[in-house]
Amino acid sequence: MTVESQIDATPREPLPTARPPSAFGEFWHYFAQNKGAVAGLVVILIVTFAAVFADLIAPYSPNEQFRDAILQPPFWAEGGSFQYLMGTDDVGRDILSRIIHGARLSLLIGAIVVTLSLAVGVVLGLIAGFARGVTDVLIMRLCDIMLALPSLLLAIVIVAVLGPSLTNAMIAISLVVLPHYTRLTRAAVITELSKDYVVASKVSGAGVLRLMFITVLPNCTAPLIVQATLGFSTAILDAAALGFLGLGAQPPTPEWGTMLASAREFVSRAWWVVTFPGLAILITVLAFNLLGDGLRDALDPKLKR
Amino acid sequence: MFRFFLTRFSLIIPTFIGVTLLTFALIRLVPGDPVELMAGERGISPERHAELRAAMGLDKPLLVQYGDYILNVVQGDLGNSVVTRTPVLDEFMTLFPATIELSVCAILFAMIVGLPLGILAAVKRGSIFDHSLMGISLTGYSMPIFWWALLLILLFSVNLGWTPVSGRISVMYWVEPVTNFMLIDALLSDEEGAFSSALSHLILPAIVLGTVPLAVIARMTRSSMLEVLGEDYIRTARAKGLAPLRVVAQHALRNALIPVVTVIGLQVGVLFAGAILTETIFAWPGIGKWLIESVARRDYPVLQGGVLLVAAVIMIVNLLVDLTYGVLNPRIRHGGH
Amino acid sequence: MHHALRGAAFGLAIAAGFASPLAAKTLVYCSEGSPEGFNPAFFTAGTTFDATSRQVFDKLVQFERGTTKIVPGLAESWSVSEEGLEYTFKLRKGVKFHTSKTFKPTRDFNAQDIIFTFERQWKSDNPYHTVSGGAYEYFNSMDMPKLLKSIEAVDDYTVKITLNEPEAPFLANLAMDFMSVQSAEYADQMAKAGTQTKVDQEPIGTGPFQFVGYQKDAVIRYRANEAYWGGKAPIDTLVFSITPDASVRYAKLKAGECHVMAYPNPADLAAMKTDPTINLMSQEGLNVGYLAFNTEKAPFTDVKVRQALSMAVNRDAIIEAVYQGAGKKAKNPIPPTIWSYNDKVEDTKYDPEAARKLLADAGFPNGFETDLWAMPVQRPYNPNARRMAEMVQADWAKIGVKVKIVSYEWGEYLRRTKDGEHQTMLMGWTGDNGDPDNFLYVLLGCEAVGSANRARFCYQPFNELLIKAKRTPDVAERTKFYEQAQVVFKEQAPWLTVAHSVVYEPIRKEVKNYKIDPFGGHIFYGVDIN
Repeated sequence: MTVESQIDATPREPLPTARPPSAFGEFWHYFAQNKGAVAGLVVILIVTFAAVFADLIAPYSPNEQFRDAILQPPFWAEGGSFQYLMGTDDVGRDILSRIIHGARLSLLIGAIVVTLSLAVGVVLGLIAGFARGVTDVLIMRLCDIMLALPSLLLAIVIVAVLGPSLTNAMIAISLVVLPHYTRLTRAAVITELSKDYVVASKVSGAGVLRLMFITVLPNCTAPLIVQATLGFSTAILDAAALGFLGLGAQPPTPEWGTMLASAREFVSRAWWVVTFPGLAILITVLAFNLLGDGLRDALDPKLKR
Repeated sequence: MFRFFLTRFSLIIPTFIGVTLLTFALIRLVPGDPVELMAGERGISPERHAELRAAMGLDKPLLVQYGDYILNVVQGDLGNSVVTRTPVLDEFMTLFPATIELSVCAILFAMIVGLPLGILAAVKRGSIFDHSLMGISLTGYSMPIFWWALLLILLFSVNLGWTPVSGRISVMYWVEPVTNFMLIDALLSDEEGAFSSALSHLILPAIVLGTVPLAVIARMTRSSMLEVLGEDYIRTARAKGLAPLRVVAQHALRNALIPVVTVIGLQVGVLFAGAILTETIFAWPGIGKWLIESVARRDYPVLQGGVLLVAAVIMIVNLLVDLTYGVLNPRIRHGGH
Repeated sequence: MHHALRGAAFGLAIAAGFASPLAAKTLVYCSEGSPEGFNPAFFTAGTTFDATSRQVFDKLVQFERGTTKIVPGLAESWSVSEEGLEYTFKLRKGVKFHTSKTFKPTRDFNAQDIIFTFERQWKSDNPYHTVSGGAYEYFNSMDMPKLLKSIEAVDDYTVKITLNEPEAPFLANLAMDFMSVQSAEYADQMAKAGTQTKVDQEPIGTGPFQFVGYQKDAVIRYRANEAYWGGKAPIDTLVFSITPDASVRYAKLKAGECHVMAYPNPADLAAMKTDPTINLMSQEGLNVGYLAFNTEKAPFTDVKVRQALSMAVNRDAIIEAVYQGAGKKAKNPIPPTIWSYNDKVEDTKYDPEAARKLLADAGFPNGFETDLWAMPVQRPYNPNARRMAEMVQADWAKIGVKVKIVSYEWGEYLRRTKDGEHQTMLMGWTGDNGDPDNFLYVLLGCEAVGSANRARFCYQPFNELLIKAKRTPDVAERTKFYEQAQVVFKEQAPWLTVAHSVVYEPIRKEVKNYKIDPFGGHIFYGVDIN
């Protein structure tokens, strides 16, 4: 919905080149038109870079406490210094360093949650789509049940049982988003199964596993890639919310939501402690949403028109 | 129509049973002995321990416990809070109006702002206004609302001093709880200024909770409007030379709003997840805060019963949305469903 | 930053400014949580008692405000028979119960109300016994059913209670919150109307404040009882503003939105001390955090080992790091606010050298391996057991004792330590009735092995002293026994007493005559505002 320019863009003629454009080339052609998506991609690359090289980039260790620089404002504000660019928190930790290390955690959370939920969700979806009958009904009912509850509430319930920690928060969020992948895969599988190439493959004696993973799955990847990208933003947002509620990563872990939770009490005294972690969440989540929208448009222009 | 209703309703029942299983399993999966927790440092004799376990029904086989649980649920007995010992249903009923009040105001805010913006963006498609609005709306959609709440508090409560920080009404007023909707109760009470106090307490939380739905509604309205504006009958109307405003208002709007209504209905789940965070930050005594506190207090009957009730409410609202959509759009009703 | 600070105060002031200023004196207390309910007999949390028994109800005897001393309450006087079995109470005349929308008392308080208060909790055939779920945890855990033999009204204003065995701390039990005197007439009327649970939801007492209403999880409101037998409270309206977030409570206190706040953040204490509008009061709480040795398991059967390990722990460092200053080093198992606290006892000195020697004497020149259990939760007497355990681990490593730290989920921890699975463990206690017996006998008596006595310490000379103190109603004589017991305790060292946590109470300067309650309660009778 974001790429307005595409809505009334008339379908383009293939470029008059000698060779037909490669699949990737075509994708990139559509994708690059969307400035928002490109911006999102750039931000994600920056965040990833910061996450990977956090130890080198961050000026200090995220947990080092400078007892003589407690609640120091950022460098441009009165009383700030270039020593701590974004200021320090209530025990004198450098906020910039914590945010950089937090990027590592947030991307890790996103990656683990998406991998877990994608793997399990797709397999369940494939099984449901291929088996049909009772298995299908059972799996889909299970999805319905999980979708009957707001995802954050369900995650809270799961964490309440498992106990609050970053690992458990990731497990909870993976479980909560899993049904989306299952539904998506199942729907795609059912559509694909009726197509000629699958029937042909069946007739030529391909086994079920081969059919599932080699014949059908590659043809459902487009919506899954889009969903996975958007899944990153959901995972980061939900993990931060759990952290904020004290049910995710535990202090002093520099997770952004957890940082905000302990910053709450300084809302009237030190705006910078509150502002930067939230801004980091917003920017990262927004970047993934922009990218997801861009991918949707580029991978499946039909969805758009 | 009735058949349509029946099919939809029958789909709900297995899901509801599934949710009861889920909530039941929850309480058994929690590690630790609830009786021992009650006794604390003092410790408890084995006899009293057994007695209390029996009183809580923990000594029976699991299947029997589940049967008892279902039987009680059907009779409206969701157990008692471990902390307050009052029935979970009673607590839910006292606190639910606070959540409804907040959610209704949030969704009203989202509609009042979101619908016109979405329509305007569609009409001025491609303009700077359209582009920036869609950008802002995606930002709203990506917003960690707990942070958004803190920012608004920082700005409006701390720096400007326009709105109070938390609660539903100033503690200086005593408003008799008649309906448990604070705005209504404040109007009914004879305390002067109670209503404006209640209103001022509601503004920030409603804005915070309404932010994500606002973004969704604006985007949905825009794309739905664009679709309708592209249809033949609108083009005809335009070609006939009708004023653009009239085309939009008379012809396009009605048809464009149908999918938007559905989207608004489907925001209930989103609203509830948001309510958990919003209520916690603004100390708003509603269901979301109640459930979060039950986790902290290990009040598992409240968590169990509360989750079940929330699921029931959401399922019912979704059913109603389905039905409304069925009424608005006859194609669905007679279609393959 | 200063601007922001002023802004906060201003914002809150505006919020409060929406309210019309009340002509009458209103005191707002920012409490830390919602009460569990409004019948103190059902519950054990201080938050509940603050909202009920400490404002709305009276007891037969009560604690003098700010002390653990027992003074007359609804009983004007009492006498105890020679053998310590019969307690006779002379009741106060002309005491009125509160009047509410649902209840208008037709008679004054009398012996029937006392009988009802006891029998509801005690006798399973009392019609009110099972009302509102009817579990009387405190009545049971204070062993009242075992102690009580009979209770009778000699006349309208005399009550005689007979015990099964002499038990001097019984009198202190009667001053506890669960013994809040309820109106028998109110109960009868509600029973007739079929609304029994009202008794527990809309409390009627004889206390200095009358319950007006409760908005769940938000506000509780009281008004001063004009006819209070001790004289009307100086304030007219009492409001509990339920504010679970400590930093928000502090902001409200600064802005004058509340006058007294519960449980400040340790991090805010420094700022509160220097704030000219706030008076920060403090006192040791009625608690003790300790490290218990399992005296049934070798090598802790040996006194020398226990003493050596006690000497090896640097408690000053622990108080600094774990309690962050909100703790005082404990030398006795009872806090200094309890009568009979023996100040002459010599505290264990931190001395790793001497500890190593003593350990060698005991036959462990190279130390040994053991475990140290640490609870997984924050408790009033120990804000961070895990960190405390790590510090003890480091201290003991210096004398060659290798420690494995063990932790379980809280319920599991309580069960396993009760069964004595541990070798050494961290624990603590918050007192109930301010009687030394409530610490010493409950936690260290032979009878308590297998329940609260997690050191499994049963030392006859010590136990005999406690039994003797239980049997004599004479306070002076009891004091002597307990003082002696504390000396024996120190020699035997079943615990290393770590700390008493310190309670801080920030109040606004305009609040007058507020006193810290040694039981950790918040009592507003007698408090005034300028």
